[in-house]
Amino acid sequence: MVRPYKDLREFIDRKDRGLREKVMSLEEAVGIIKDGDHVVSGGCHYSMTPMAAVWEIIRQKKKDLIYSRSITSTDGDLLLVSGATKHVITSWFSPGVTWGVSRVMRYFMQQGLATYEEWSHMSLGLRYRAGSMGIPFIPARVMMGSDLFLRAPDIKEIVCPYTGEKLALIPALNPDVAIIHTQRCDPYGNVQKAGLPFMDQDIAMAADRVIITTEKIVSNDQVRRMPDRTSIPFFCVDAVVEVPYGCFPHECYGEYEPLFSHIDDYVKVMMGQGPEGVKEYLHKYVYGPNTWNDYLELLGSKNIVQATVLGRAVYND
Amino acid sequence: MTDEAYNTAELVTVMSSRALEDGKIVFGGAGMPLISCILAQRTHAPRLTILFEGGVIGPHIVPGKLPPSTNEQRCARRANMLLPITDILLLQQRGYVDYGFLGGAQIDQYGNLNSSFIGDPEKPKVRLPGTGGANDIASLASKILVAMHHEKKRFVEKVDFITTPGYLQGGNSREKAGMLVGGVYQVITHLGLFDFEEKTKRMRVAALHPGVRIEDVKERTGFELVIPDNLPTTTPPSPEELHILRELDPEKRYTTPKGD
Repeated sequence: MVRPYKDLREFIDRKDRGLREKVMSLEEAVGIIKDGDHVVSGGCHYSMTPMAAVWEIIRQKKKDLIYSRSITSTDGDLLLVSGATKHVITSWFSPGVTWGVSRVMRYFMQQGLATYEEWSHMSLGLRYRAGSMGIPFIPARVMMGSDLFLRAPDIKEIVCPYTGEKLALIPALNPDVAIIHTQRCDPYGNVQKAGLPFMDQDIAMAADRVIITTEKIVSNDQVRRMPDRTSIPFFCVDAVVEVPYGCFPHECYGEYEPLFSHIDDYVKVMMGQGPEGVKEYLHKYVYGPNTWNDYLELLGSKNIVQATVLGRAVYND
Repeated sequence: MTDEAYNTAELVTVMSSRALEDGKIVFGGAGMPLISCILAQRTHAPRLTILFEGGVIGPHIVPGKLPPSTNEQRCARRANMLLPITDILLLQQRGYVDYGFLGGAQIDQYGNLNSSFIGDPEKPKVRLPGTGGANDIASLASKILVAMHHEKKRFVEKVDFITTPGYLQGGNSREKAGMLVGGVYQVITHLGLFDFEEKTKRMRVAALHPGVRIEDVKERTGFELVIPDNLPTTTPPSPEELHILRELDPEKRYTTPKGD
């Protein structure tokens, strides 16, 4: 639902926007999320997924979350099977084109156990952008005439008061919490993300609270040497967590490629055994390890090094 | 020119690449559409610019390393620009994009596509992954190309769900719904090429591939096609086209036929 403007302003008013350190543990940061919150993830598909935060959400047994993301991959499977969410807002939902249609997504949606609220990729992007701009909607020329329009909640159609043309009104989306992964960020929360921008800036501005996981924390002086590289300003951010390899098995631009062999194995289990197989996967890879680093150890150091070498190749071309 | 053997997926890929004119801008999806775009660049359209939904303008893709998604770093290699997803899709709304390249689980006689539900959306037999940017591309790009394997279960009279608008209910219904531009320009299958009749917007046979009879097409189509008296035959894939294609996808990950 589109939130009233005063409600949006009130939240920002209450937020401590001073220049202050926000470095904390993954556990503390994810503790900000309450049951029932709308959590939006940065990145897209299997790129720049804030997987460590998703992993911790599942470990903390969050419930009744609304989960939204531009394109949802294996992160969505894990959140559905763990019971963290029954409502996913996205434009496309499956591990990836070559891996087939997620059997987990199919099971939950076909059995009516969860909702997949489908928006076109651009209209979902415009929802976050409207949210980031503090306006209730953006007019656009998509979704019109389709059955997506008929199923989407809150979308409306108007006749333009200037031209008389028909337009779709894409309603704003202001999530409670955004979780975003970056290559570098300072202790105050100035995010300097490299590579594909996806929708990360808009979701940070649209959400009430923002959790940043970062490959490394750099000093504020480092940020100030390249202020043009900052895409999210510190006062939007509520938590900064240093999590090397925080997207695995997904990729982080310029740092590492996806662990395709791990995703292949996951897909085999997920497509072969459905939610039951994913439950076993969760026990092994999410509930089992004590820390994120223990999880990385399960992925195998050889695999990690290889993915890192391939990931860095972007800068060696 | 040649009778070198090629499979139906390769045939569709080559025919798709030929539909792309030089100097234009195309939104390329993962898999086969991307290969068609690169093939076009390496043959008749060296100044064709590829855009990816992930936020990439004009990348250079390494042969044999075609990424399985257009939203990842290998798609960004040596690009002209990386930009947010919303903004790359908005370039279409401004009018910068000539071609959109789409597929789907089902297509109907008016070129509407379904990639959301098989069966009743309230109680679907299959929940499919969804639109991604397909609805946006089909609403906004100047010309839509659809590449599909030609099967009766895919070529249906009415799609179970309109994810992606073609000409909606035919006639001027697309324009009436608010889409003042665009529409499906060509449907490319392993049997032939198809376009849409000017007035009714019903799908029409434009050409048949070598060795294909109109009966084969009718047999595999779940609705009545407009069939003109004069049906040209397409030129088969050349050795050069096939050679480049196989260099791009040596393991045939994206050019192996999916249907019978």
